[in-house]
Amino acid sequence: MAAELQLKELAQRKVLLAPGHRLCAGCGAPIVAKMVLLAASDYPVVAASPTGCLEVSTCISDYTAWEIPWIHSAFENAAATLAGVETMYRALKKKGKIDKEIKFIAIAGDGGTYDIGIQSLSGAMERGHDLLYVCYDNGAYMNTGIQRSGATPLGADTTTSPAGSVIPGKTQRRKDLTKIMAAHNITYTAQASPSHWSDLLKKVSKAVSMKGPKFINVITPCHRGWRARVEDTILLARLAVQTCYWPLYEVENGITRVTYKPREKKPIEEFLKLQGRFKHLFAPENEWIIKQFQEDIDREWERLLKEESLYA
Amino acid sequence: MSARGYSELPVGPVILDAGNSRLLKTGAWRTINRPVFKEENCSQCLLCWLFCPDMAVRVEDGKVVGFDYEYCKGCGVCAQECPGKKGQKAIAMEEEKK
Ligand code: SF4
Ligand code: SF4
Repeated sequence: MAAELQLKELAQRKVLLAPGHRLCAGCGAPIVAKMVLLAASDYPVVAASPTGCLEVSTCISDYTAWEIPWIHSAFENAAATLAGVETMYRALKKKGKIDKEIKFIAIAGDGGTYDIGIQSLSGAMERGHDLLYVCYDNGAYMNTGIQRSGATPLGADTTTSPAGSVIPGKTQRRKDLTKIMAAHNITYTAQASPSHWSDLLKKVSKAVSMKGPKFINVITPCHRGWRARVEDTILLARLAVQTCYWPLYEVENGITRVTYKPREKKPIEEFLKLQGRFKHLFAPENEWIIKQFQEDIDREWERLLKEESLYA
Repeated sequence: MSARGYSELPVGPVILDAGNSRLLKTGAWRTINRPVFKEENCSQCLLCWLFCPDMAVRVEDGKVVGFDYEYCKGCGVCAQECPGKKGQKAIAMEEEKK
């Protein structure tokens, strides 16, 4: 099973995402992709990404940053594409044409996962394909200019939910995709953050070592879309965890375990105030949104702890 | 980076040269600051290596030795996250001299 991964040891390995990619300076996506590839590097990996920031910026014209076989699928079907590859692999293995133990990983943004790709993801998971699907969730369609997605949090200013005199940013809550995936009763579902890197590496290495469908949702700060400081990428991911906006937990064969419990839960303002997309929420007329935000977090966190206690 | 004629491209949308993005030197993106390594404050925790989005922290024999300015975009994540030693960071963002 997943052994503790030591940085000293990992740093001797080759990072299978090359420099020269065109993601923005300080982008969270390559940090997440790099950690996923490192944690899976005991095995040969075949990956797929749907359209999204990571995809367009790691594969421009005839240049690629990927050092592993990687497929760019359409926006909506990374899971279906990879499920097809995995099926072919099983067939070739049965025929004795291949004997390597290969792992399959999809790495996709929230647009290609929560919204456009959810049907293909749900199908691949329900059919039980042996693959890991990682969503790097930056909470909007950042690649095309910060349009709101199903992952965009309540109150966030995006180009299609512009905060102003008409609406105070996005008027709907984000959907909880991790819960939706856990409800597929798959082998393994988890939520992770690059700030809590050891937890993330452990979850990925555990997931790739298990048979069957696995899903990990990773919070991935985007300073362009979040209107934050470039150097705060990891800090913002950490605050998302410490405020319990992004709880770290896993559901393994139906059993829920919270993998990190902050000693003291920080108020959500600590996370919101560093981001320009939430600036307007601090105006007196929008205070109710922050209150709502906090109530939602508190209720979900309590629910999660209760769920965990059922199995303790 | 040299231009290639269509007849030299592989058939189908396939790139056979894994990791050839290395030919694109993103270090030219740095405009304001660059990270500078202060070895005396370094505890060799390797967090900068892990967090760098551009694989631009140079590690030799398991130790951080500095930065790869050919690719470093100057984001400052490494300096922000560096715990250093005794409250002194081992990475400083200093003005880029062009
Ligand atoms: S400034 Fe950014 S790109 Fe440069 S070495 Fe530090 S983390 Fe990497
Ligand atoms: S983060 Fe700082 S202390 Fe840690 S290895 Fe890098 S330079 Fe050294």
